[in-house]
Amino acid sequence: MSVYLLRRLIQAGGVVLAMSIIVFIGVFAIGDPVEILISPDADQMERERAVAALGLDKPLWHQYLIFLGKAAQGDLGRSFVFNEPALELILQRMPATLELAFAATFGAILIGLPLGLYAGLRPNSVGSKAIMAGSILGFSLPTFWVGLMLIMVFAVQLGWLPSTGRGDTVEVLGTRWSFLTWNGLQHLAMPALNLALFKISLVIRLTRAGVRETMLMDYVKFARAKGLSPFRVTFVHVFKNILIPVVTVTGLEFGSTIAFSVVTESIFAWPGMGKLIIDSINVLDRPVIVAYLMIVVLMFITINLIVDLMYSVLDPRVRLESK
Amino acid sequence: MAEPMNAAPTLEVRNLQTHFFTRGGVVKAVNDVSFSIARGKVLGLVGESGSGKTVTGFSIMKLVDPPGRIVGGSILFQGRDLATLSEEEMRHLRGNRIAMIFQDPMMTLNPVLRIDTQMIETVQAHEKVSDEDARARARDALGMVGIPSPDERLKSYPHQFSGGMRQRVAIAIALLHRPDLIVADEPTTALDVTIQGQILAEVQKLCATTGTAMLWITHDLSVVAGLADDIAVMYAGRVVEYGDVGEVLDKPLHPYTHGLIGSVPSRNKRGVPLRQIPGMTPSLLNLPEGCSFRARCPRAAEDCIVMPTLHPWLPDRLARCHHPHLEEVATA
Ligand SMILES: Nc1ncnc2c1ncn2[C@@H]1O[C@H](COP(=O)(O)OP(=O)(O)OP(=O)(O)O)[C@@H](O)[C@H]1O
Ligand code: SF4
Ligand SMILES: [Mg+2]
Repeated sequence: MSVYLLRRLIQAGGVVLAMSIIVFIGVFAIGDPVEILISPDADQMERERAVAALGLDKPLWHQYLIFLGKAAQGDLGRSFVFNEPALELILQRMPATLELAFAATFGAILIGLPLGLYAGLRPNSVGSKAIMAGSILGFSLPTFWVGLMLIMVFAVQLGWLPSTGRGDTVEVLGTRWSFLTWNGLQHLAMPALNLALFKISLVIRLTRAGVRETMLMDYVKFARAKGLSPFRVTFVHVFKNILIPVVTVTGLEFGSTIAFSVVTESIFAWPGMGKLIIDSINVLDRPVIVAYLMIVVLMFITINLIVDLMYSVLDPRVRLESK
Repeated sequence: MAEPMNAAPTLEVRNLQTHFFTRGGVVKAVNDVSFSIARGKVLGLVGESGSGKTVTGFSIMKLVDPPGRIVGGSILFQGRDLATLSEEEMRHLRGNRIAMIFQDPMMTLNPVLRIDTQMIETVQAHEKVSDEDARARARDALGMVGIPSPDERLKSYPHQFSGGMRQRVAIAIALLHRPDLIVADEPTTALDVTIQGQILAEVQKLCATTGTAMLWITHDLSVVAGLADDIAVMYAGRVVEYGDVGEVLDKPLHPYTHGLIGSVPSRNKRGVPLRQIPGMTPSLLNLPEGCSFRARCPRAAEDCIVMPTLHPWLPDRLARCHHPHLEEVATA
């Protein structure tokens, strides 16, 4: 077990290093921040002083080595715009994004699992045909369009839900959370639904496919031959088996949910990392962009590790032997 | 069926028909099957692969899934027609009064549930029993089928068992409620010979002491010879020969049974698996007119174009054939 973890951690370190190089070169290629940051009527002296202060006068490999050395100490550079440590800027906004992503993921499971179960158990009913048609829409409608429609209907026309911001928050463990107040929940509902739409469809399809496949297995027939109630057959024998792919895929999808939240956060003015990165790209705030990408990479790696561990808890056949 | 019957037999199947309505047409997997099993008796059901043995077993459990459906005949369990029971009433019989052991031990147990979960739920599905008592019952059942250190093994998952061990667990599950009828679909094929002997002895003891009737589906004539009281031979969805196991194996009437056993009548057939008969089983989608065995039968004649009935050619000896091997019986 510990050998396995160690190996995974070394692999993760390699991935982070490789990503940092790609990110650094990629960001360098996007454009020169000097043009945006320094006022056009600054003279040559001021320009050079600013460039030197930002460390932009050194060759790329030198800049990278400086970055790496500082990154090892937890310093991902200072934002050109806010003149604050980039890492801090991002971490400040991370809870809002995580809250949104978790709400979307739980929402997707809460809605998708029962619908998929129904569609799998009654594949020929009208209801399940409607569910499957709906899931195709969920897959194919663009997130930004659905987001705008949600605002049009629920905020503008009906006036039921607020369309921007996080609403009232409560501070717990040093960070602010929306889901703990009624007002915050109202603010969370639309962006979470918007972000969840694709995942709901995914969970529905996974669940339905899993149920249909599992129902044909001999062990389900044997469970019925033992005289178990249909409830127990469905919710213990079938359900435990389909939980494996559903948890694995939604877990792995969590990373892309965070990535996709860029769109949702922009539409609903949700003050998370996604909104910060869009603003930073607009002004070519390199340290923030690099720090954001590095943190997203770290999150992907962590999520994969957690999913692997959960998978082994759910499926006894791959359980990691501790002996 | 050899003895006079003073009470209703445990199981009586009459003209059972189970068809599968597939895209390609109607598969007549079970087309006319009749037999009965008295209390404490074992009926051996033999036949080639695809002859409809498993479908017969599932029909008795009323576990035939779409596109399959029981389309005719009746199944009387202790005199009650199972067709008249609701699904809920049927559920109370399954695993309780009628148990089934499946053909493939690797697929019968749920891979993500522990053995104890799968056994205790079976006990509690039919009786109000505490968890500890149910666990004790499960442990005893495992011990009975020869699983060493059953207490520890209860905590295992199916993948930690070999195929033979899993089949013993499945048998133990079938025995949990001491059912009146067990449908055993090739239950010992995956086991080695010594274990097979152990299990067979255990099963025979159970039948004799608790009066459990057993439908024993198998390919292995030696098992039938040693275990069964009666034998039913199936071919292409129909019972073609039916009678006392010793008599049938000694002097088969039907040319198909004859072919299975070999031409020389002898009692020393133990340990002999079913012999290959030249030719192919006809497609159940498109059965030929008349006797289904016609294309492979050495005794086929013109009148075989008419489907023969299951006829009592001798006392308590039935065969579905126009020209059975009566001369050998007469000369014996
Ligand atoms: N779900 C199904 N759909 C269509 N046909 C089926 C289905 N299940 C079984 N059959 C057909 O029913 C026939 C009888 O199958 P069955 O499993 O009863 O044979 P068997 O005698 O048990 O054979 P084996 O000795 O190989 O187990 C086969 O020809 C099979 O193709
Ligand atoms: S009826 Fe005719 S074809 Fe069929 S088994 Fe008897 S002799 Fe052979
Ligand atoms: Mg079979």
